[in-house]
Formats: sequence, structure tokens, C-alpha cells
Amino acid sequence: MHSSVITFPGSNCDRDMDVALKKFGFKNKMVWHGDVELPKSDLVVLPGGFSYGDYLRCGSMASKSKIMKSVLNFAQGGGKVMGICNGFQILVESGLLPGVLLRNKYLEFICKNVFVKANNKDNSYFKDDKKDVYEFHIAHNEGNYFCSKEQIKEINNNNQIALFYSDENGNVNEQSNPNGSLQNIAGVFNKQKNVLGMMPHPERMIDPALSGEDGSIFFENLINNLK
Amino acid sequence: MKISVVITLKKDVLDPQGKVILQTLDGMGFEDINEVRQGKYFEIDTKENDKKKAEAKVEEMCKKLLANLVIEDFKIIGSQ
Repeated sequence: MHSSVITFPGSNCDRDMDVALKKFGFKNKMVWHGDVELPKSDLVVLPGGFSYGDYLRCGSMASKSKIMKSVLNFAQGGGKVMGICNGFQILVESGLLPGVLLRNKYLEFICKNVFVKANNKDNSYFKDDKKDVYEFHIAHNEGNYFCSKEQIKEINNNNQIALFYSDENGNVNEQSNPNGSLQNIAGVFNKQKNVLGMMPHPERMIDPALSGEDGSIFFENLINNLK
Repeated sequence: MKISVVITLKKDVLDPQGKVILQTLDGMGFEDINEVRQGKYFEIDTKENDKKKAEAKVEEMCKKLLANLVIEDFKIIGSQ
């Protein structure tokens, strides 16, 4: 399986993602934002970080960079594209995913472990996953998911919510919502479910000595699903 | 020609910074405030001298980059 991780100026989770993908069997290539062509890929990842210093709106500048034309074409042709944290912000700014990520409700940068519950497993990312509730790490200032009333209707009708913030038992409630996200949304798909954006960082949960193993479960399952 | 644009959050979008500013102003003794909404202001100096054409270009810029229409409205407030 071939993967590509795009590095934008200000990305800082690109190498962590490279380590994670390689650990679980992907042949990964790093791709610079100024490149025009994507290498052969079964999965393209937009990593976390602070692309372009979060100028204007998080992800807005990166969404217009050269490589994004190829990423858009790749996604529109059914290619798997996953955006984590800033990568999620870039995907909503590019129009590949609906909605937007606002400043956290209480105006604070949140950096902690949270639990998220998979909502829809009928897709390449979560199909056959052993787990329903994962412990992942979040680290963001703008993770408060928001969209218009019409959009949220469509998202629910098409079962596009990928992950909810929940407690460790999978209960989705206000107490488990760290940032004010609409309906506790932590991740969404596009209509076709080939594009996934999420605020939590599975790549930070691949080593039991450092963090946890729920990311390992996610990546192991992902590569099996893509084979 | 210089075009001035103001971008604000749409009415139904929560503006937590605006709320904090209101509370702070209230604490300073400005007690008659109903609401504070924070926004962004841009000045775009363009080579285009035709007002209509310049404003149309800036409108396109707003739609494509400067504003996110899911949450923001834009308004051209001056051209000179």
C-alpha cells in the first residue's frame, strides 16, 4: 500500500504521520506543498500543524496551494484522503468536506486525551474495527465544528459523521464535548466516504510506552481495509 | 484604487471573542452594550481603476479566499 503525506509550511505532525504509516506497512512518501503531482498513492494524508501560521483562517492558505489541485482531483476520482487536525481544517477550506472549524468554545487551546466514538463503520476507514470507542489525543485551538442547518441535515441524512466526542463508555453528551462542536462532531466524511477529516491524532497513539495503542488499532485496520 | 472590505461572522454564528470583549467592556463601566461582534478589515490596493470592475474582483476574492461563506459575511465599505 502506498501513501503520501503532504508537508505544508508550518505542518508539524507530518513526520509523526510518516512514522505511523510506515510502522503499519504503508510505503510512505513525503510530498511538498509546492509539488504539482502526487506520487502513486492509495491514501493521501494532510497532517496536523499550523500551515501558513494559521493566517486568515486555519487551513485557508494551504487549501489553495499547488499540490491541492492534485489532491482535489484524486479525491474526486474516489481516492482516499484523510486530514488530521490542521489537515481537517484544510479539507473543509478546500470544499472537500462540509462545514468549518471555529475557535474552541471557551477560547482555550486544548491539549489532552479524549474519547471518540465511531459513528459510521460502513467505510474503508473504520470497517471491521475491533473498537467502537478510541482514546485519542487532541491538540487544537480551532476544533469547534460548525455548519449551517441545511448542511447538518444533509450530513445526518447521508450518515457522514465519522466520530463523536464521547466518554469512555461511548456516551455522547455535553460533558464529553471538549470544544463546543456541533452535535459533538470530532470527524466527518464526504458523501462518498472516501474523504475523512478528524481533529484527534491517531498517529500519537501508536506506542504503548509513550501514549496508548488505540492509534495502532486504527492504522492496522485501515491498511487491511485498503488492501 | 483602494477597496475596503469588512468581514464579520454571520448572525447565527457564536462569536466567543465578541462575548468576552462585551463582558470586559461591561466590567470597565460601559454598561449599555447589547452585543459586540468582532470582524476583519482588509484594504486591497489594486491597479484596476474602474470602480465597478475593481469591486467585482474584490467580491470574487472574498468568495474564494478572504471570507468563508459558511460562517462569514463580507461587505465592501469603500472604494477610492
